[in-house]
Amino acid sequence: MANDVRTVDRKPTGPTPVKDEKRTGLGDYLLFALTLVLPPRYTPERVRYDRRYRTLDKYRFISWFLLVPLIIYAILVISPFFQAFYYSLTDWSGFSSDFNMVGLDNYSRMLEDDDFWASIRNSLLLLVVAPVITLGLGLFFAFMLQAGGRRKKSDAISGVTGAKFYKVVYFFPQVLSVAIIGVVWGAMFDPITGPINELLRTFGLGSLTQSWLANPDIAMFCVLFVMCWMFVGFYVVLFSAAMGSVPKDIYEAALLDGASRPTTFFRVTLPLIWDTVQTGWIYMGIQALDGFAVVHIMTINAGGPGNSTLVTPVYLYKKAFDVGQAGYATAVGVVLLIITMIFSGIMMLLSRRERIEF
Amino acid sequence: MGNTSDVNRRDVMKRAAALGLVAVPGMTALSSCASGGDDGNENKVEKGKKTKDNPLAVNKKAGLEVVIFNGGYGDQYAKDAEKIYAESYGKVKHAKTQKIRTKMQPRMVKGSPPDVINNSGAENMDIASLIDDKQVTDLGPLLDAPSLFDPSKTVRETLRPGTVEKGQFGSEKVYQLNYSYTVYGLWYSKSALEKLDVEYPKTWDEMLDVCAKAKKQGIEAWTYAGKHPYYLAFTMFAFIGKIGGADRLKAIDNLEPDAWEHDAVKQAFEAYAELQKKGYILKGSSGLDHIQSQTQWTKGNALFIPNGSWVENEAKQTTPDDFEMTVAPNPSLDSSDKMPFETVWAEASEPFMVPAKAKNVEGGLEFLRIMMGKESTKNFTELVSALTCVDGAADGLDLGPGLGSAKKVVEAAGDNILSPRHKDWYLQLHNEKVGGALASLMSGDIGPSEAMKRCQKATDEVRKDDAIKKYKR
Repeated sequence: MANDVRTVDRKPTGPTPVKDEKRTGLGDYLLFALTLVLPPRYTPERVRYDRRYRTLDKYRFISWFLLVPLIIYAILVISPFFQAFYYSLTDWSGFSSDFNMVGLDNYSRMLEDDDFWASIRNSLLLLVVAPVITLGLGLFFAFMLQAGGRRKKSDAISGVTGAKFYKVVYFFPQVLSVAIIGVVWGAMFDPITGPINELLRTFGLGSLTQSWLANPDIAMFCVLFVMCWMFVGFYVVLFSAAMGSVPKDIYEAALLDGASRPTTFFRVTLPLIWDTVQTGWIYMGIQALDGFAVVHIMTINAGGPGNSTLVTPVYLYKKAFDVGQAGYATAVGVVLLIITMIFSGIMMLLSRRERIEF
Repeated sequence: MGNTSDVNRRDVMKRAAALGLVAVPGMTALSSCASGGDDGNENKVEKGKKTKDNPLAVNKKAGLEVVIFNGGYGDQYAKDAEKIYAESYGKVKHAKTQKIRTKMQPRMVKGSPPDVINNSGAENMDIASLIDDKQVTDLGPLLDAPSLFDPSKTVRETLRPGTVEKGQFGSEKVYQLNYSYTVYGLWYSKSALEKLDVEYPKTWDEMLDVCAKAKKQGIEAWTYAGKHPYYLAFTMFAFIGKIGGADRLKAIDNLEPDAWEHDAVKQAFEAYAELQKKGYILKGSSGLDHIQSQTQWTKGNALFIPNGSWVENEAKQTTPDDFEMTVAPNPSLDSSDKMPFETVWAEASEPFMVPAKAKNVEGGLEFLRIMMGKESTKNFTELVSALTCVDGAADGLDLGPGLGSAKKVVEAAGDNILSPRHKDWYLQLHNEKVGGALASLMSGDIGPSEAMKRCQKATDEVRKDDAIKKYKR
């Protein structure tokens, strides 16, 4: 069977299996653990003469050096996660130190909470659509900046004229704080004095003017647009850097074979920067799942009209701070965390490909 | 050490993560910081000696800490009151912020709050939850202390009607003192109406006539803060009360199962929907925030705007000199209304509270007593052009046109003042659900019956939600 071949294949490369070792008891493990925290000179005899001592010594060496950062990491990053789980099981109001355990009540309440489901739907929509658009545009622009220009004699590929300038311009929104972006775009969408409607009127397209954020059918697209606008520059720069590291001779070879630009892009560029795209995808997905500031600052009633732009982080915020249900809000946060982790997991699985070395 | 390549990066990460996890249980003892407050009262100051001049027995050696919301009213009025306090009772530590919640909530949880909090602004702390958690002092002693406005009365007796009730949350105890007094209604420019050669309409038919006349001049008569649609409720609630009587608002406050199905609600919604249908609402209002809509209004692009009496101060910069800002009650629907035209929603606002775990509770109460004295109330009205909750405190003062009209409206209303509690009892229901339904109604997305259904559905949901504390009046 094919499987057998593989096992045979793998054997020599894998770690040597410990076979004839006598079984290690619990006491031994405790002793090993103890050794890890003791200074080397107090290493118990039994451990010192164990054949695994070398490995243990190595890890002891590393972990002692990492101790301080590890403790800081545990306090500031890991423990809040566990606290969140704990608080999600309480009816904590967020205003005092008294609360009761309520078990999984918060979670079962969530199942019947229409607003919560509306927020999940909106967040998932953003999660799927925002990365597709942003990364797509980012790739397109980056490719244009890198290889979209007229061919010069000296170079196999070159960007469009003024590529460096565009790169700076694209990156501009990234420099602004999210809050400012929310305020600025809120003013852009202003139905009476906003530049967008103004522009439409100037070109005689007055019939297309909209009360952008007040129309439940359009509001979500406005949010989507702003999110893509603010993040696309970052991905242009990211992908440009990745494309820049692809050796020019590969392009040259493709050109000699008569490949057109689209072919070059799909057959050469994209496969070679796939790792970066994958990272970008996860990163953008997480940003799309957040979307707090834009929605909270820009939209009507922070998430409206109705629930049409309500995203989960905004809903969480409202529950925690507007109505003093911090326990319930924490449960919503835990669900959001789980969704984010599932998303990352799926993306890692889907985009697992063989890495191309170059 | 061995060859480094046999510990690859992934292994180290795995082990590090495992170690991190192991470390966590050890941390929990330390890290209950978010909720591990000091509940003891050991750090309270001792009471002072009770005298005629010091009826609340303030300890003169204890300092006072006051935190003021730095919003439309600024904080100068509080600083002036602090000076008076400092003359008799010692130092005052003053702080101002726009983010009451962000700054104060952690201190409340930790059990070391300041002595007075002006719990106001868009980012205020949910007072109902605070009371629920026993974090707020009962202001009873203050209300029964002699007033500095009229020494022959107690503080309670000097307050405008509704002020005490506004501080109550489901019991007789008063937890919040609302210092300012707000009149909600339909605001207009007297000079603009004169230009159109019309009087302020007293019935809805007259209102439609005025709108039609304005439309002929190319003016869409109404605008509103579409981004904060609960502004619409300022006139809508009074309208419902006017048509169906004060009990209709009581039913809404009490979350009754048919509160929003009543005819009065239907008629009020239909009347407002007609404005939309006939094109009497400034196009795009649904996407404006409060400032933008006020600016459209002061620029003369609209005649009427539902608002509160803070608008005069807030819109000062864009208001032309000859604007003659005026407030009036929402027009009556017709002669079958249960309450007269003068009926208006007015209430005490700008809440102050003394945290239960404050060090110097007596000092906090005394500070509020000084705020309601003659000197401070006069100073407040002059500084920020707003009325205070002390009855008669604005008499004889030189008020601006808007505030002057607000005062007249309150006086004309007499006993016909409505004070619905919906907004402070069920903030989310009021602002988002009812506000959202009103927004959709005014933008024409839904009709009156659908708007009623949505309000009722949201009310039913809140009534059934055990996590939300209920109140009755």
